[in-house]
Amino acid sequence: MEHRPWHWIVMVALLVALCVISLGSGVIHIGARDVVGALTGSGDPGTVAIIRQLRLPRILLGALVGAGLGMSGGALQGTLRNGLAEPYLLGVSGGAAVGAVIAFAFAASSGAVVAVSAFAGAAGAVVLALLVARAAGTAGRGDPRTLLMAGVVIGAFANAVIMIALANSPPNTIRGALWWMMGSVADGTWSTIPWLAAAVIIGGAALVYWAREIDLLALGDEAAAAMGVNVEASARRIYMLAALLAAATVAAAGLIGFVGLIVPHIVRAAGIRHHRPLIVAAGVIGAALVVAADLAARVARPPGELPLGAVTAVLGVPFFLAQLRTAR
Amino acid sequence: MISFSNVVVRYPGASTRALDGVSFDAHESQVTAVAGPNGSGKSTLVRALLKRQPLEAGSIAVDGADVRSLSQQEIARRVAVAPQREELSFPMHVAEYVALGRYPRLGLWRSATAPDHAAVDSAMQRAGVVEFASRRTDELSGGEWQRVRIARALAQEARALVLDEPTTFLDLSHEMALFELLHALAHDGMAVLLVSHQLNLVARFASTVILLDHGKVVASGAPETVMQASLLEQVYQWPLVITRDPAVGAPALVPLRKRSSSSYLP
Repeated sequence: MEHRPWHWIVMVALLVALCVISLGSGVIHIGARDVVGALTGSGDPGTVAIIRQLRLPRILLGALVGAGLGMSGGALQGTLRNGLAEPYLLGVSGGAAVGAVIAFAFAASSGAVVAVSAFAGAAGAVVLALLVARAAGTAGRGDPRTLLMAGVVIGAFANAVIMIALANSPPNTIRGALWWMMGSVADGTWSTIPWLAAAVIIGGAALVYWAREIDLLALGDEAAAAMGVNVEASARRIYMLAALLAAATVAAAGLIGFVGLIVPHIVRAAGIRHHRPLIVAAGVIGAALVVAADLAARVARPPGELPLGAVTAVLGVPFFLAQLRTAR
Repeated sequence: MISFSNVVVRYPGASTRALDGVSFDAHESQVTAVAGPNGSGKSTLVRALLKRQPLEAGSIAVDGADVRSLSQQEIARRVAVAPQREELSFPMHVAEYVALGRYPRLGLWRSATAPDHAAVDSAMQRAGVVEFASRRTDELSGGEWQRVRIARALAQEARALVLDEPTTFLDLSHEMALFELLHALAHDGMAVLLVSHQLNLVARFASTVILLDHGKVVASGAPETVMQASLLEQVYQWPLVITRDPAVGAPALVPLRKRSSSSYLP
């Protein structure tokens, strides 16, 4: 498929439409006109409160988390030259989960404590993965596979730590930790949005700025060097940016799998191959995927909710498989 | 244009030097070829030029400037290199791929402008790849892919072009067409430095041949001076004779069968 300007219109329209549908859907159904009215502050005060205080922050949180994960995955797959790469593979998920579980184990009641602890865990794991890969690499940044393996091993280690920490924990702690590990934007509040928006916009813009280097790193280290890229510094910068961006989303909403893996593939299938437009498009599609998954998680079995991370996988995997079949 | 002087490179942990005091120049308007057996240090020269391998001693200069004092981007503006290994993890269109060659010339915002598009068009025309501009890189034949790689290198608009084994996997006509293209580029004023196994073709197209063995220059000069049977037999450890190409009179190497050999190894 060719990359055409109307693809952008379709992508943005899809995201906006999903947001409007999601704003209107839930235990209390609200029509599109009332949704728009409530957004501008007019209409029934109860409806305005539901839309502006409950659903809008939740949907914005989902969109920001999806955008961050999509952009992070797009950057990492190019830099690591591997279509299986995703932010969680670099140890982000394992590290974040260890941080969160430690917070739960100490009975942290505040979401902010869990978020900060998860972010610290994710950042720590990424730095550790980079150090391990650097120590194992013989020359330069070594084989990108070494970094992936370091991430996988650190993830496995993190899982062991989590199981040990949870083994003798009270059921409430286990349930809280499990829900956190399945990811959710249900607790989205206006206090989370500004800092996550800042992280996603700054991190995403930086990745877009360095996207030309990702195009060249995707050709191999020697080719990238031949075209003027300072390979080691550039790759390290992109890993860190992508990982911290993913860590910020994990701190805000827990672990939401598959988004960082499948979104870049969907974007490439739409004919977008240079990383500058690819990362922007991965942000839009990632946002749409998480908003759609959250919508499905809310309406599937009311008044209960399904775990968001499981729904992204359920929605994303068939799409991904269909794309693999038609990929040419 | 590109000047190697007394270059010494040793890979970490290796007891011997990969390059041991290599000196030669690749001049403008000439095809300079580096030949030699596997493991003689040919590709290490390219890696050292790109600063992918630190020098233990000596220096490499491009346009009179030591590469160590140049940024990676400054080197790429002066010398376009098509390395031997290149993995295209995610296929793209030929025109998109050639446009990647503009990276070292992009400004602060790294956005392509009209001169960049013009340079890409001109590079594709020069390399003869315009007809498959809209094809995908994974749909190209080996010969087409090599030409596309050269187009990408030409898009860098450097005055020197370095190619590491560009004719590997190419059939006769594609190989000849590629050498003709390199010859034409040198005729237009470029300094072309070619790392190649194809001694017979090198002898026909290169002005200067550098013969490497175990990291040392064992002969250099016009093809006639380097293409000596006794020297090449010693370097390649294989019996051979040198004849004259009947069509153009260039020296040509013919490897012989070993009469009583129980092993295929040299």
